[in-house]
Amino acid sequence: MSSSTYVAPTDHAKAADKFMEDEERVNWHDKALWFIRQKRDVASKQLPEWELLRETASQIKQNVLSNLDTYLEEFERHAKQNGITVHWAADAAEHNRIVLDIIKRHGIQKLVKSKSMLTEECHLNDFLGDNGIDVVDTDLGERVVQLAQEPPSHIVLPCIHKRKEEVGELFHQHLGTEKGASDPAYLTEAARQHLREKFLTSDLAITGVNFAIAETGGFVVCTNEGNADMGAHLAKVHIACMGIEKIIPKAENLGVFLRLLARSATGQPITTYSSHFHRPRPDQEMHIVLVDNGRSIQLGRKDFYNSLKCIRCGACINTCPVYRRSGGHSYHYAISGPIGAILAPNMDMKKNADLPFASTLCGSCSNVCPVKIDIHNQLYQWRQVLSDGGYVPKTKKIGMQAMATVLSNPTIYRVAGKSGRFMMNLMPGLANMKAVNPWAKQREMPEPPKESFRDWYLKNKKKS
Amino acid sequence: MKVGLFVPCYIDQFYPQVGIATLQLLEKLGVDVEYPLQQTCCGQPMANSGFSSMTGGCDANFVRNFTGYDYIVAPSGSCVLHIKDHLHDDKNPEAATHIRSHIYELCEFLTDVLEVKALDSKFPHKVGFHTSCHGQRGLHLSQMTELNAPDFSKPGYLLNMVKDLELIPLNRKDECCGFGGTFCVTEEAVSVKMGRDRVQDHLEHGAEFITGGDVSCLMHMEGILKRQKSPVKVLHIAEILNGQYE
Amino acid sequence: MSSREAILNRVKTNKPAAVALPQTLAFPPVPADACIEKFARTVEAVGGTVVEVTNLAEIGAYLKKHYESPERVLNTVHGVGFGQELSGPIEDGHVLANLEIAVVTGSVGVAENGAVWVSEENLPTRVLPFITEHLMLVVAAENIVSNMHEAYVRLDVSAPGFGAFISGPSRTADIEQSLVIGAHGPKRAHVFILK
Ligand code: SF4
Repeated sequence: MSSSTYVAPTDHAKAADKFMEDEERVNWHDKALWFIRQKRDVASKQLPEWELLRETASQIKQNVLSNLDTYLEEFERHAKQNGITVHWAADAAEHNRIVLDIIKRHGIQKLVKSKSMLTEECHLNDFLGDNGIDVVDTDLGERVVQLAQEPPSHIVLPCIHKRKEEVGELFHQHLGTEKGASDPAYLTEAARQHLREKFLTSDLAITGVNFAIAETGGFVVCTNEGNADMGAHLAKVHIACMGIEKIIPKAENLGVFLRLLARSATGQPITTYSSHFHRPRPDQEMHIVLVDNGRSIQLGRKDFYNSLKCIRCGACINTCPVYRRSGGHSYHYAISGPIGAILAPNMDMKKNADLPFASTLCGSCSNVCPVKIDIHNQLYQWRQVLSDGGYVPKTKKIGMQAMATVLSNPTIYRVAGKSGRFMMNLMPGLANMKAVNPWAKQREMPEPPKESFRDWYLKNKKKS
Repeated sequence: MKVGLFVPCYIDQFYPQVGIATLQLLEKLGVDVEYPLQQTCCGQPMANSGFSSMTGGCDANFVRNFTGYDYIVAPSGSCVLHIKDHLHDDKNPEAATHIRSHIYELCEFLTDVLEVKALDSKFPHKVGFHTSCHGQRGLHLSQMTELNAPDFSKPGYLLNMVKDLELIPLNRKDECCGFGGTFCVTEEAVSVKMGRDRVQDHLEHGAEFITGGDVSCLMHMEGILKRQKSPVKVLHIAEILNGQYE
Repeated sequence: MSSREAILNRVKTNKPAAVALPQTLAFPPVPADACIEKFARTVEAVGGTVVEVTNLAEIGAYLKKHYESPERVLNTVHGVGFGQELSGPIEDGHVLANLEIAVVTGSVGVAENGAVWVSEENLPTRVLPFITEHLMLVVAAENIVSNMHEAYVRLDVSAPGFGAFISGPSRTADIEQSLVIGAHGPKRAHVFILK
């Protein structure tokens, strides 16, 4: 992606406007994601213990976060005993350097990588590309966006924003499929053959990590395609990259998480492959990179630390009515949707100040979350933090101050508000003094009534 | 039992008939209702925009107005939820606590406190009920489709008491309409798209009226319907529960 | 200070108040027959094929009937009597690049999700169940459990260097959410339940 032409947006509302220029695509996008939400509903309702599982998962993660340092040390000790090399990276840059060092030490030019949101967060592909390493993403959706020189728009469904005709055209250009062919089965077969060759000729494989087990020093990687396994088992070197929050205490905890993960993500009872790695093959080197990159700071934010419970199922994204209309790229962060909007400000409040406002606070995200993160409350809390810290436009603050003055004083409120005038004037003002009234662009304004409720009450009801 | 009626600012100013219907309905049911005259707003517009720091004045005014009532009732799930979650007054902490735990959205007040079993109302039309998020997911006025838990609906229970009213089904029972406070203008395009999609679901199922418990959502959907020149009308649930329509 | 220490120190300072690990979840046992029945249905639901047999030779007979003359078969289950039987390790998985059929023992089957635990102890090389075009899993009926909690009670997942729960053939729905069976792994998966 070093030669990427993709320009990341900086403002959610503007990027959303752009995505919505193609209404047919938006309708399709909305329906496709809603369909997955429905599959999740069906799957979760087949388990009477569903809500108990969510609560248990949340508590296990609470235990993890409250003992994270000891679990990390325990994990490291056991992983080393298992013959795995453990690395620690304080931030994205160090993570990328560690990975590059391993690659260089082996004199490797090209590698395969299965899905890892962490490496997206660290922009590993760009970094390795700039250092002359050829990285091939092997998850089909990720390969599609890689060929399109775009980041994934969804953590589980990386190219959900693309129509099959667009994938067909990309594959025609890069893989030599027939011009105009867009049948998903045909395109998938083409990708299978194209990537099989990559698997067979790559000496190094990078994978993500879904869960790392403190008690046993092993880790679990979940895929449907089998790409993580094809890569790791054929390569001489396997590097697994994980955020430090991916630790779980015991193997038996996997019973809880694996029951929740795929059902929440796609409505499947489990992913096709849940691979447990504990030791390298005799002819193999295995590395784990434990990455902090802001997590230990988020851990100290009392209103936000439980965002670190996330198991990256994507359910909150699928259910988000805003995401379904605005598309993943509108979030301009590696992780899109509601969970991205509460993780991103921790990384950069200035750059990501718009994201917690890209929500109606409907709360559906918190209800589907398998680890019960109170996502919508955190969106609300981030709004307070960002406003307090001066990260929102000044005009907005002035407007809000004016509003607060009116609304906290009954006399001013009545003078300003005779028959709806104040509210009428206020609504356009909410949009940072734009010339056009954004309410009325596609909606009629309500008609102001003859009298306010209070006026009516005084006339008709007031007894004394 | 003395009830303080809270009529949120935008109802006071734009939809006085909703306040009137609420008052009349409660009185019909024998409740002693009073409307404190110096009330304004719950403070939610500022808080949801990130300026909860500016809501002190609203909070203090709210506490001044609504101290001394057994219950506070409002025809708006969203404002009630805001008070329940966020009302604070350092000078009168006990009064604030009492208000937080005794404020009710109209429907839940009818079903949970008054335990209404019958209503004298008639509405011979096909009605779509819009489930507003704050009332549902915040106040649990009805079961949330995301959860694996028994179904119920307090507003649905009440609408079923209305003679000749036909409640239509929806494809997406509890999807957000996209109003979202200042979201409706800061994210105008997404907001309108969500609203249009929500309205469409009602239209496809033959709604003649769309009702709900939050005027803000209804105002948003009404704005879209009117722009579409649709004959479909919007009414707050209080107007239906209080009415004798033909 | 190394990054390791810096991270651990920050975590130590910032972590929330200690909370105990919740108790292990357990659910009432499900009768064996119900488990097998549910398992079979779930495997089919995830795109696999279920064949119930009473002895290993029946598997061989089934395979002979359905795969008349497969060229590249690797059979790791003694007694099936089909294709080339292999017991020792394979040093380099790359040699399996064109494998058509692999017959492999699964040590536990899980009724709720149709997954079968396949581990290194039963594999000549790790890549075998992924690289083959058709995967034949053999599971004894008495090793079928109701749910994942029970599976983890039965298994020590850290005993082998590698093991995986495999549920059906590989799949993807990345292009417009249309399900395609056969992504990078097997295009078909059979599970033989040995009663
Ligand atoms: S926040 Fe919850 S629902 Fe969203 S991706 Fe993470 S685990 Fe899944």
